[in-house]
Amino acid sequence: MFEALLSARQLTKRFGGLAAVNEVSLDLWRDRIHAVIGPNGAGKSTLTNLLSGDLPPSSGQLTLCGIDITGWPAEQISRQGLGRSYQKTNIFLPFTVADNIQLAALSREAQQPWNPLRWLQQATQSSAANARASRALELSGLKDRRFLAAAALSHGEQRQLEIAMTLATEPEVLLLDEPLAGMGAAEAQRMIELLLQLKQDHAMLLVEHDMDAVFALADHLTVMVNGQVIASDTPAAIRANPHVQSAYLGEETA
Amino acid sequence: MSQTKANIEVLPRSVQLLLVLGLLALAAFPYVGTDFYLQTVTRMMILAIFAMSLDLLQGVTGLVSLGHAAYFGLAGYALAFLMPQNEAASLWLTLPLAVLASALAALVIGFFVVRTHGIYFIMVTMAFAQMVFYLFFDNHALGGSDGLYVNFKPSATLLGVQLFDLDNKTTFYYFTLGALLLVYGFLRRLLWSPFGRALAGIRINEHRMRAMGFATFGYKLSAFTLAGALAGLAGFLWGVQTGYINPELMGFHMSAHAVMMVILGGMGNFAGAIVGAFTFEYVLEVFKDLPQIGSINLGKHWQLWIGLFIVLVVLFAPRGLLGLTQRVVQGRGGPDV
Repeated sequence: MFEALLSARQLTKRFGGLAAVNEVSLDLWRDRIHAVIGPNGAGKSTLTNLLSGDLPPSSGQLTLCGIDITGWPAEQISRQGLGRSYQKTNIFLPFTVADNIQLAALSREAQQPWNPLRWLQQATQSSAANARASRALELSGLKDRRFLAAAALSHGEQRQLEIAMTLATEPEVLLLDEPLAGMGAAEAQRMIELLLQLKQDHAMLLVEHDMDAVFALADHLTVMVNGQVIASDTPAAIRANPHVQSAYLGEETA
Repeated sequence: MSQTKANIEVLPRSVQLLLVLGLLALAAFPYVGTDFYLQTVTRMMILAIFAMSLDLLQGVTGLVSLGHAAYFGLAGYALAFLMPQNEAASLWLTLPLAVLASALAALVIGFFVVRTHGIYFIMVTMAFAQMVFYLFFDNHALGGSDGLYVNFKPSATLLGVQLFDLDNKTTFYYFTLGALLLVYGFLRRLLWSPFGRALAGIRINEHRMRAMGFATFGYKLSAFTLAGALAGLAGFLWGVQTGYINPELMGFHMSAHAVMMVILGGMGNFAGAIVGAFTFEYVLEVFKDLPQIGSINLGKHWQLWIGLFIVLVVLFAPRGLLGLTQRVVQGRGGPDV
């Protein structure tokens, strides 16, 4: 297909007089990793929140899988095929790893909270949800940790769980906000391999500070400064862009 | 991410055993207890149903309602209005209609209140309950501050045959025990349903639930309505037992007592709510019967003692009496998270 799975046009978010995200346009395609980099406060996380519906945009347009989703609430965008992970680990700490993923998998079931049949079924009864959950568990590499409470996991494992929960919702588009943050070298390497594997079936937006990882993974790079896109190109072109170097990458990396 | 301390959802063997023993004791009680205590225990069971209905909101979904008594009282009033002056109305008519009245009120009020969070939810549920309270308190047509009499017990006839007689205190005792068991079994099953898991997810991290695609409003409203309906069942039974309904049943104290029962027993597993209701009522009786020492009548100040008691339980058994039982049996704290 030649259509982008997710596309944003002139997406803008103003907080009072401050334009945290200013007229940002981007397209996400299947089998491509689109990385967004920029200094702290550049608006990367706000952009992610706009794309996922966690924040409503002030103006601009959002299309997901060919459908205009501008202004939709987060849960509806999620069900339309978007999955996201959070910069700050955002999981169900008292639940076990398996229950965290199971709950995520259940989100794709019929949502009928008023239906008494849904009060009397067993949560573990749905084979479709179980299949989604076990696939996500397998991919995350947390299988032998599945009966542990999420709160008992290491920081890196919690990041893995964060991704696994996102995968259990079987999204078309993945928004990953700093998936490598706070990970050790070995964990980071594992995660990079996982992301490369996921890339094949998903359109992926990656917000990341680890430049080595970004250049190892990204097919396309967007550089943001002060809410604005200052460059958007292939990694090689971005690396050579003097404008970007002075704004962000630092002179010596050239 | 606010709540990292887990509820006890899976009941440990020790607690299960305790519950079975408790059930046996309840089943055998009419054969050993006097008439007065039979009525007391019936009332405890009714309040246990009420406390369980609140636990669905407070313990499972994380919605602390300080106005839950409104739905308890409304069903009682519905029963009083449905009961004619000179003959008994059918149980099969009055029970569903009374429960429906509470459910409807909870649906309408819930539509507004479940949009709020935390402290605002507490305030708004309380405000709505006060409105309902004064609607009945100030309105003579609705019984006013005196309340209403329920002149007859509902008749349990089916096709002209009387199945049982709720006028008989022992029969009503077992009827209430049956309702208690049904509600407990239903809620325990619901806890492990997709609906129940979603409610628990909302308690722990509603933001993430929405990001994963759960339309949480519908879940919270359904829980609020269902909790209101079950509170209505308890209120209906109360009306049948006492034959009298007054606005106090919908008042702030009634709501607050239910919150305390749930905290006292241990939240989020329904067994705790039952234990809490029985303990609260028992302790209440004990404190009210305290003797006069010198010029101080200890029993008169029962509210002081019950307050102290709750403070002690919260300090030393933060997961309620069930959590304490688990800790005592297992030596020291089970899995802490």
